Parts: sequence; C-alpha cells; structure tokens
Amino acid sequence: MSNGVRSNYVLDSLVRLGSVLLFLLRILGQCLPALARPALLMKQIYNSGARSLIIIMLSGLFVGMVLGLQGYDLLERFGSEQALGSAAALGLLRELAPVITALLFAGRAGTSLTSEIGLMRATDQLTAMEIMAVDPLRYVVAPRFLGGLIAMPLLTAIFNVIGLYGAHLVGVQLMGIDRGVFWSQTQGSVDLHDVKEGLVKSVVFGLACSLIAVHEGYHAEPTAEGVGLATTRTVVASSVLILLLDYALTAQFL
Amino acid sequence: MRANRTLEIGTGMFVLLGFAALLFLTTQLPASGAKLGRVKPGYNVTAEFDDIGGLKVGSPVTMAGVHIGQVTRIRFDPQDYKAVVTMRLDAQYNQIPEDSFASIQTEGLLGGKYVGLSPGGLDTYLKDGSRIDQTQSAIVLENIINKLFAGYASKNGEQAAGSAAPADQRKPAGNSGKAESRR
Repeated sequence: MSNGVRSNYVLDSLVRLGSVLLFLLRILGQCLPALARPALLMKQIYNSGARSLIIIMLSGLFVGMVLGLQGYDLLERFGSEQALGSAAALGLLRELAPVITALLFAGRAGTSLTSEIGLMRATDQLTAMEIMAVDPLRYVVAPRFLGGLIAMPLLTAIFNVIGLYGAHLVGVQLMGIDRGVFWSQTQGSVDLHDVKEGLVKSVVFGLACSLIAVHEGYHAEPTAEGVGLATTRTVVASSVLILLLDYALTAQFL
Repeated sequence: MRANRTLEIGTGMFVLLGFAALLFLTTQLPASGAKLGRVKPGYNVTAEFDDIGGLKVGSPVTMAGVHIGQVTRIRFDPQDYKAVVTMRLDAQYNQIPEDSFASIQTEGLLGGKYVGLSPGGLDTYLKDGSRIDQTQSAIVLENIINKLFAGYASKNGEQAAGSAAPADQRKPAGNSGKAESRR
C-alpha cells in the first residue's frame, strides 16, 4: 500500500519534470518566431522587468545597507573595516543579488505570469486561440518566457549597483571609512570572474523562474481554485529551485 | 497610443538602466575588467620569483607608481621551483631598460599585491618575450614578524647573559649581507 503510494508520488514527480522539460523545448522552438514580434516581447519586458524595478531597487538598497552595517561590525573586530567594500561587493555579486532578485522576481513577476496565463486557460482564451489556428505558445507563452529571461539579468545588475551604493552609504557616509580606500579595495578584490558568476546565475534563475511560471499557468486547472493553486506552486517551486540551483552553481564556480 | 508610448519609454529606460548597470559591473568594478571587449596593444615579459605571495592574474604592474600593465599569467616552474609571472605591458611604454628590477609589493598594509618595476641603466629595452632577471619576492608579513620576534627573543636572552653588544652588531651585518647576495 505504502509502496504503491510512494511509487505513485515518484511517478508524479517524474511526469511533472518531464512535462516541464518538454514544455521548455516547445517554447524554445517558438522563441525565434516570437522575436520577430518585438512589440509583444517589449510589453512582457515592461511587465516583468520595468514594473519590478521599484521593488528591486528598494530591496537592493536595504540589502546593501544591512551588508554595510553587519560587515562593518564584523570587520571592525579585526581592525580591517577597510575591507568592507570588497566583502559587500563579493557578497552581492556572487550570492545576494542573483538569489534575492530571483526570489523577488518569482514573487512579483512569476505569480502574475502564472495567474495571467492560468486565467486565460480558465476563461478558454487559449482554446479560442487554438481554434483560430493561432498558436498560444508563440503569442502568449514564448514572449512572456523571453521577457522574464531578458529582464532577470538586467534586474540583477541593477540590484548589484544599488546594493553597492547602499553599502557605500553606510560604510563611507555613516561609519567614516575613507572613500578612496573603499572603492580601491572593492576594485582590487572583484574579478571579472565574480561578475560572470553572478551573471550566469541570474540567467539560469531567470530561465528557471520564467519556465516554471509559464508552465504552471499553461497547465493550471481551468478553475478559480486551480489558478490559485498554480500560482502558489509557482512561488514554492521557483524559490526551492533557485536555492537548489544556487548551491549547484556555486559549487561549479568556486 | 498614449499608453503604448509610456510602455515604450518605460521598457527603454529599464533596458538602458540594466545595461548601464551591467557595463559598470564588468568594466568599472574589477581592476582587470577594462580588458573586456578590446585588447590593448602591448607586449609580454616574464619574470621569475621565489615567492609571489598573494599576486593574482590581473594584478597591476606599475613603474614609479603609474599603472603600465598587468599580470596575465602565473605558473610554477617545476625545474627551478620558482613562480614564473607573465606580464603584459602597454605598448606605449616601450622604452623600459632590459635590466630593470621587478619586485612584488603590497598596497598598504593589508591591500592587494602588485609588481613594481624600477628602471635599470641599459640602453637596450624590454621587448615581447624578454625576461626580467633581477627580481625580489613578495615580502610576507608573517615572516617579518617571525624574524622580528626571533631577533627580539635572542637579543633579550643575550642581554640577560651580559653580551648585548656583539648581538646588536651581528644582526644588521647579517641582514645586509643577505640582501647583497640576493641582488
């Protein structure tokens, strides 16, 4: 009995994984045609990118400021508070900016993607498109997926810069570290490799978040409850996957 | 139409901001980042060091404190047990004497390491593939502290035994002799 339940569960997970991957392949097949319609893509970049800007900038500022405070407190014990710049920059570039941006993105943009597509499914808009021989994958799903994929690295870069400014604000303005020392230490310790690590992470997270969001929306139960459940699943699955992928990518890069 | 316009402006600003941030991160933040995209004309020279301390690929090479190039490669020579550092110097600095002296120095007390070149006196200049023969290794802070403490301890011990003067004289003589032999 319990064995049956377990194998059912394993089978279900396998089915879901396979369905997500197949969905990815189908979207990728529609990506080039979707690029031919820049207006649709632009609308999605606006929706998931530009409209997430405020929350990303605000979070980035405060994450950077907290990093400045905590880092200063810790480094001061060893008398090396000048290293605050490099500590904050490396922490932001490698870990905090990609991960927090992705988590915020999953909550802010991923949910809206899922509920939007889910609602289209529930109100038979997707079916109507199919009847009119309009491929919803090409006109609805692919632009949203690409929009998320493009928006994420840009949001992460903005998060990084604002976060650094936050750390600078606390370290230099509040705590009185020398401005030149702060930046020269930062520049001395940050390598292009670190920037690349953050960039690769953000692209991977962007792919994962967008894929999960559009997949859950597209395959949502066509009911009010189903759309709600799909939205919840998007947040949970994205968050867990982000942290999991983060570990794997960090292990790769170190 | 009007809504469409705000959308376009918003998207454009977002993408512009994102790429500006990305550009800042890749070119301004890492000291070695400016090389991305365009490769500055330059030439490679090598130098062998006994100990490179914390020198890294991308560390600056300076002369009289001015940035003239950077470290592009560090490898270990298993024959001599030395570190071979390859540096790329900017092409505009093509009149550096061949017998120049390379030393690994530290920015501040705990800062990063860099290679400092001091000019020699020859009329022949460094060119692509040249080797700088005269080098001085990184000064490892721990070693100095160890020496200092060892010297202090032995001096104290000998003072207690009543023979402070010979110990005082022996110490600097030994030091300068060592420096001489290294050059």
